[in-house]
Amino acid sequence: MQCPKCHAPMHTYNRNGVQIEQCSGCRGIFLDYGELEALTRLEGQYGGGPVVPPPPAAPQYPAAPGAPAWGAPQHGGGHYGGHGGHHGGHHRNRGFGHMLFSS
Amino acid sequence: MTTHPLLAELTLRVRTEAHSGKEKACACGAAILADRPDATVVRHADTVAKAHAPDTTPADLAPRLATAARLPGILLPPLGETPVDLHGRLVTFWPYGEAVDPENPEAAPWEAAATLLAHLHRTPARPGLPPMRGPVKAAHAVARLLAATREGYALPVLRAWLTLPAWARGEAPMVDTTTLCHGDLHLGQLVRHPAPGGPWRLIDVDDLGVGEPAWDLARPAAWYACGLLPPEDWSRFLGAYRAADGPAVPAGGDPWPALDVPARALTVQTAARAIVKAIEADRALDDVELAVVEACDRMGSTPPQLANGFAK
Repeated sequence: MQCPKCHAPMHTYNRNGVQIEQCSGCRGIFLDYGELEALTRLEGQYGGGPVVPPPPAAPQYPAAPGAPAWGAPQHGGGHYGGHGGHHGGHHRNRGFGHMLFSS
Repeated sequence: MTTHPLLAELTLRVRTEAHSGKEKACACGAAILADRPDATVVRHADTVAKAHAPDTTPADLAPRLATAARLPGILLPPLGETPVDLHGRLVTFWPYGEAVDPENPEAAPWEAAATLLAHLHRTPARPGLPPMRGPVKAAHAVARLLAATREGYALPVLRAWLTLPAWARGEAPMVDTTTLCHGDLHLGQLVRHPAPGGPWRLIDVDDLGVGEPAWDLARPAAWYACGLLPPEDWSRFLGAYRAADGPAVPAGGDPWPALDVPARALTVQTAARAIVKAIEADRALDDVELAVVEACDRMGSTPPQLANGFAK
């Protein structure tokens, strides 16, 4: 798979029986559902430390490439274009075509 | 066709250049590729003549031409390095290259553009090369906006401009004084040479110089941030730049600390130009132009990120 953040290829590693994907570019790690909890449980077994409660079902990796705080609203983790957003794909019109070619 | 003495003379000179002065008449026909206050560009067969901006000096143009002549794998090389004086304008000659079709921006060569920029940024700049002109051009666009209006949509644009550091407004030197930059990257700055079907090359050395390389990535970054360029295209561009070891952004992780200030500046420049154009044409802003002004408005409430977090 490709890294959702920097698009470099991701490689699969096995950590104590848990499959994780790590990006060859930015070294970011992708965890499937339940894998963080599995790793946390293992950490508790090996280290004897406190078991960190799993976070609520929040995504563990941003779904879209990063964007600045002043970016268009659809960058806030939402779906880009395609379903009628104000700044969606329909901007690929003449106006934007012209902008692409001017200083 | 309306014409003026410079255009008429340039049309003659490019024909002479194209045919090495041997033929008196031909059927090639001439095409005006651009005729703006800052540049007149005429093509004849496989030769293009460019009259540079009136304020272009030989001292600034010479090292820029020399750079293009010595990097034929990145920049389109000129036909000769000595400009001709024509009606007080410096004129240079170039081989014709096939541009990106403006009616088909989906065919934009994002990977090629990014790879060429990465190679350019990794090339040592020749001594005597002046600073890249990106920030000065942004300041020029804002000055024109101020002259045209200080009301309505101009207000968020001017506010966003004032949040930028002095270097990005062309009011202080850039910190980076060694990296070779294009200075005005957009899709009109790429041609295939030899045409048709040759490899992509960057054209237009008028703003080329040393400075902050993130400026060259900042137009696509700004279009993406404004919600105009699809994330796939932005990812292709950024990914290819990183794959070619471009130095403007860190190899992995968040590129925005490096891109934020230049992308803001180019968003402001684009908005300023759009407002001035709309005023001159006595029309309203279109959706695309409004998206850029809205981005300036949002900048007012989020201070610029600092780019000092990674080594170059």
